[in-house]
Amino acid sequence: MAIAEPKIVYQRPTSLATRVTHYCPGCTHGVAHRLIAEVLDEMELREKTIGVAPVGCSVFAYNYFDHDYVEAAHGRAPAMATGIKRMLPKNTVYTYQGDGDLASIGMAEIMHAAARGENITVVFINNAIYGMTGGQMAPTTLPGMVTTSSPGGRDIESMGYPVRMAEILSTLDGAGYVVRRSLHDPNNIRKAKKAIRLAFETQERGLGFSLVELLSSCPTNWKLSPVDALQFIEDKMIPMFPLGDYKVNPEIGKLRV
Amino acid sequence: MAIKGWIEVDELHCKGCGLCVAACPQNVMSLDMERLTPKGYHPVHLHADGCTGCGICAIVCPDAALTVFREAKIKA
Amino acid sequence: MAKKLYKGNEAFAEAAIRAGCEGFFGYPITPSTEFLEYMAKRMPELGRAFVQAESEVAAINMVYGAACTGKRVMTASSSPGISLMMEGISYIAGTELPCVVINVMRGGPGLGNIAPSQGDYYQMVKGGGHGDYFPIALAPSTVQEAVDSIALAFDLAEKYRSIVHILVDGNLGQMMEPCEMPPMQPLRETPPDWAVSGAKGREKRILSSIYIDPPDEEVTNLRLLKRWMEIEASEVRYDELHTEDAEIAIIAFGTAGRVASTAVRQARAEGIKAGLFRPITLAPFPKKEIAALAKRTKRILVVEMNTGMMLDDVSRVIEGKVPIEFYGRLGGVTPLPDEIYDEIMRISHNIDAPAPENPRMEWVTRLEKILEGEN
Ligand SMILES: Cc1ncc(C[n+]2csc(CCOP(=O)(O)OP(=O)(O)O)c2C)c(N)n1
Ligand code: SF4
Ligand code: SF4
Repeated sequence: MAIAEPKIVYQRPTSLATRVTHYCPGCTHGVAHRLIAEVLDEMELREKTIGVAPVGCSVFAYNYFDHDYVEAAHGRAPAMATGIKRMLPKNTVYTYQGDGDLASIGMAEIMHAAARGENITVVFINNAIYGMTGGQMAPTTLPGMVTTSSPGGRDIESMGYPVRMAEILSTLDGAGYVVRRSLHDPNNIRKAKKAIRLAFETQERGLGFSLVELLSSCPTNWKLSPVDALQFIEDKMIPMFPLGDYKVNPEIGKLRV
Repeated sequence: MAIKGWIEVDELHCKGCGLCVAACPQNVMSLDMERLTPKGYHPVHLHADGCTGCGICAIVCPDAALTVFREAKIKA
Repeated sequence: MAKKLYKGNEAFAEAAIRAGCEGFFGYPITPSTEFLEYMAKRMPELGRAFVQAESEVAAINMVYGAACTGKRVMTASSSPGISLMMEGISYIAGTELPCVVINVMRGGPGLGNIAPSQGDYYQMVKGGGHGDYFPIALAPSTVQEAVDSIALAFDLAEKYRSIVHILVDGNLGQMMEPCEMPPMQPLRETPPDWAVSGAKGREKRILSSIYIDPPDEEVTNLRLLKRWMEIEASEVRYDELHTEDAEIAIIAFGTAGRVASTAVRQARAEGIKAGLFRPITLAPFPKKEIAALAKRTKRILVVEMNTGMMLDDVSRVIEGKVPIEFYGRLGGVTPLPDEIYDEIMRISHNIDAPAPENPRMEWVTRLEKILEGEN
């Protein structure tokens, strides 16, 4: 037999900084970060990318990537990204936002960035909860779900229903690419990465607003083990937030990556 | 003969969350209860032969703590 | 260059363009809207960025993002819109970014009205947003001065990586006045060494207002304070009219200052030694100069289009060394030169009277009488 030489199947992407994240063990915020870094590496975008960090658990996202980053006010990342992109149209600009950030306090900013067809990419982490502030109800919290501000479970009579952002945003003509993916198993993570890639491809081609909603875990505030939290995504979140392509510009639809 | 693979664990980044352990199709990973990382977690390790270098553990790892290798056959 | 007739807001907008403004983000609100409309036309013509945002909250956060690129960027709004912008203004201050915010002030609080006012003095001069920071605040009193103050505002913003507020009111924004436009300035070619542009061939850059460890925030607050002290020492600006020998010195800014200057000239024509001290920088406030004025004058009259906000600052500087009186009109009412002239005459007849115990309270009594007469 011939001599065996090791081949690297996977290694840490260079767009990721070496800093250890402050995320709880098993939190899939980390997976989302990794996928973004992998895509920026593959597309060789690192040197022209400017990220916009939100307020939420990912408030320090800027520490974890090895490219330029700014830090927005709570919910305003799409407006801030708009300002950057309009001044530097050749740069790649993306926001990274949680569900409280994007779907509650930042609802106006995300809707209008999409309506304007702002040529930015949004990575939207839907974990059905406010992580950073200790597990309060988010606009995406499931009916009946117990949080620190819905201690008896989310009562739809008085607290309303979860908001499905991908579906809502896909109705806007300015949106070029809007999909929902999940981070709960290897197969879905692969699909999520491909979606992030296509979202950045949308931006690079000037095809308008792109957003990838990612169902993500919060083991700490869901009070589940990291492994059980992934099961919760599959069993409880996906039925409420169906995975799928809500809007895909035909040019992107044809792309093979 | 089965393909041979192995992993390298970056103990600075591994938080011992166990997601890779649950995902590993060969069931050859476990947390090393004998050891602690600088941050105080039990790091993951390979406890048995059988790693094929499929890379699935690295796909689920939230902390990009794993490098995955696979033996490549070179034609003589 | 020859003078041309301009509407205030349009003149300010053209001046901003000539000062090298590369990004404007705003939301319509009377009485500042012509600024936005002018930018909507001119900025795209020049290949520069213009966005009508979905709200003032979004507008200022677009300015925030745009300012991160190190280019000259700004917004213009009016009182209720500025209130919405205070979040972003605080973040811009915390991130130490240069930008210019113009407030064409109107009557308030609340929705108030669209008439000229100076009721946003505290908001614009003291900060208005949360946290420990110091905005620079300029208060021009003519269209020409406002035009010139815009280039100055951008220069100061860049020099100190600071937010610069320009306070004008609906009078200035709406009036037609001849003015001379400065020449078009070339745009900055290379971004400053703190701006984000993509980490090509250099370390990554982070722009943020977070200092999660209190000792880091403390150092930052101290840095901002020291920068502010430098600004206080070198950037005070003001204008004076007949103050050398004035026995009655009026202190007023913006439109109130302009109206007061007419009253002062009228009084001088009658042989009354009146003068006007007009702060152009409300922050930094001309403390030393006002203290010096207090030494050579007999009585001070503060005139404002609010309930006496700058009055508080003047009182603090003067420390009771000379009697202070106050005259103000409120709610979008602009005082007439005659009203101020009457005040000068009243004071001149009582020039040696004891100092009013509470200038604001005595003014309220006088104003209520005037209001009875007007109705
Ligand atoms: C104006 C403002 N209001 C409230 C807060 C407090 N706050 C910080 S993070 C957060 C919620 C974040 O939740 P989410 O966007 O879902 O992100 P996660 O932490 O779950 O990743 C809130 C309410 C704030 N920082 N600013
Ligand atoms: S609190 Fe939840 S979302 Fe935040 S880092 Fe921990 S697990 Fe992740
Ligand atoms: S998934 Fe990553 S962080 Fe979690 S145990 Fe495995 S190597 Fe460690």
